[in-house]
Amino acid sequence: MKQLHRVIVIAAALGVLTGPAEGAERFPPPDFEGGHQLPTTTTPLPRATALEYVDVAVLAGALALAAYLALRRRSRRGLFILTLFSLAYFGFWRRGCICSVGSVQNVALALFEPGYVLPASVLAFFVLPLAFALAFGRVFCAGVCPLGAIQDVVLVRPIQLPAWLEHALGLAPYAYLGLAVLLAATDVMFPICQYDPFVAFFRRSGEETLLVLGASFLVISLFVGRPYCRFLCPYGVLLRLASLVSWRRVTITPAECIRCRLCEQACPFGAIRAATGPAPRAPGRGDKVRLGLLLAAVPAALVLGGWLVSRLGGPLTRTEMVNLAAEEAVRAGRQSARITSGTAQPGDKQPVQTGDAGAVLRSRLQGGMWVLGGFVGLVIMGKLISLSVYRSRPDYEAERGHCMACGRCYATCPIELKRRSDRRRADPERGTRVP
Amino acid sequence: MRAAGGAVGQAGAREGEAMTEQEKVVTRREVLRGLWRGAGLLGLAGLGGWLGARGRRQRLVWQIDPYKCTWCGKCATHCVLEPSAVKCVHAYAMCGYCKLCTGYYVPEPLALDTAAENQLCPTGAIRRTFVEDPYYEYGIDEALCIGCGKCGKGCTTFGNGSLFLQVRHDRCRNCNECAIAAACPSFAFVRAPAEEPYLLKTRFRAG
Repeated sequence: MKQLHRVIVIAAALGVLTGPAEGAERFPPPDFEGGHQLPTTTTPLPRATALEYVDVAVLAGALALAAYLALRRRSRRGLFILTLFSLAYFGFWRRGCICSVGSVQNVALALFEPGYVLPASVLAFFVLPLAFALAFGRVFCAGVCPLGAIQDVVLVRPIQLPAWLEHALGLAPYAYLGLAVLLAATDVMFPICQYDPFVAFFRRSGEETLLVLGASFLVISLFVGRPYCRFLCPYGVLLRLASLVSWRRVTITPAECIRCRLCEQACPFGAIRAATGPAPRAPGRGDKVRLGLLLAAVPAALVLGGWLVSRLGGPLTRTEMVNLAAEEAVRAGRQSARITSGTAQPGDKQPVQTGDAGAVLRSRLQGGMWVLGGFVGLVIMGKLISLSVYRSRPDYEAERGHCMACGRCYATCPIELKRRSDRRRADPERGTRVP
Repeated sequence: MRAAGGAVGQAGAREGEAMTEQEKVVTRREVLRGLWRGAGLLGLAGLGGWLGARGRRQRLVWQIDPYKCTWCGKCATHCVLEPSAVKCVHAYAMCGYCKLCTGYYVPEPLALDTAAENQLCPTGAIRRTFVEDPYYEYGIDEALCIGCGKCGKGCTTFGNGSLFLQVRHDRCRNCNECAIAAACPSFAFVRAPAEEPYLLKTRFRAG
């Protein structure tokens, strides 16, 4: 018994002496007599940074090609093939990540959170499609975006939605964009990525709810053209605004419009606007009064929207998600932490400050809710105003903001068909290859 | 902008001036559009330049700080990939090569053999091989590992803690927002530089 005590004391002393050098292993690693070599722990590296720039180059190339095919070649077939390529590359090969739609959130976070490092490739994915939209319209939607592509290829029997539904649902993307920017800028979550309905298909794995959501979107896409793009896509809002002032645009006819109405039903996305005829209608007194009232109501809509959404936002700031983000913020002693937490090495002690960063996060969210509500109010008023004013439109045309440059309307235009047959006749060698 | 449409309407009623008036209005629209376009381009360039200049630092990837991990099991269930990008890794230099490995065997196993009912790992992803008496080596079959962390818990609670979870970067998609990081109860998910993406345990630090 006494001997055992001595053994324990000696062992403890040895443990104390060797402790600092060897850690506190309960079972010291053995010295193998047979000279057994320890295997090494493998550390496979992430994808090389250079390959990210390959993605950017492919994006730029696809955008340029889409612009050429949509505006110059006027080739629906070419655009369709490009769509398939983009679906394969950005969708199934790159598994939906990196994407321009989600990059909105990174940019929002980078703008509001100086500690966040925005990868250069993500910035390129945000900027390039917008720059192309300013120049050529929504060519990104036409043949580059994998989310649009997966919906476009399953569109077999398009139906036209009633105008009121189209206009009402068309407001949703603005609200979604505002909410996504708010949640991303405060580092609570990235909702666009988390609720991306198609990324589960691209990855061929995902939650059941997301798979069901994606499948329902695809079923709707059989009949309603690109429901996600038109009624949810937050990046589409930015592209829509950019293409409103684009330098070049899709024109249904290559020359002059003869108002034959053949293209009227050609657009599955409801982007074709009918000609108003050569003699525009004079606005009556009622029109002017209505416009005046709507303009006067804009400030009220801003305040009302802000108030309503800030009331709705109360429950949001109490959700588990925000609690977790706030807890992390408090623990790390900064305004946001999950995404921005730096290159912590084991052993680093996180500075824990007493300042209540969680309360800061909550008040930021609450303030953001006011801005979001005001923004939504402004968008609704803008929609009402644009609906209430008359605009003369001598020709049938694709509405700048809504046209996704898919090229489906070209082949319905008799002028375009004549141009194609003329070209074929002039150059018979090319035969049926002419788009 | 739309008020211009009204002006067109009034002007259009008078046939003679209609064309010139309309052309003028269209030109004004074009000019406005050009101005907005210019502003948009400038804004984009400014944004890109500003964020681009700020963003020229090292690329970061997700990783688990093994000293903070509590083996809650969410790595197995919350990753967007199925199975998870998180796998168990083994720091062999820390391992005691025990015959009764608490990372390999369930508490109070029926026998110290490789029978499934004795193993802690739900998928049998740990390979036990005899080295020399009384030492056994434990390796991870990553194809089977689901990242549940049960072995890490057993190994760290009763043993040397040489089994632990790491994000495997041949699998990780490096999501914008890591779904596991958002759910991790012990805030063990951190960003590590892409050139050195692993936070491995070493013999010289207990825990």
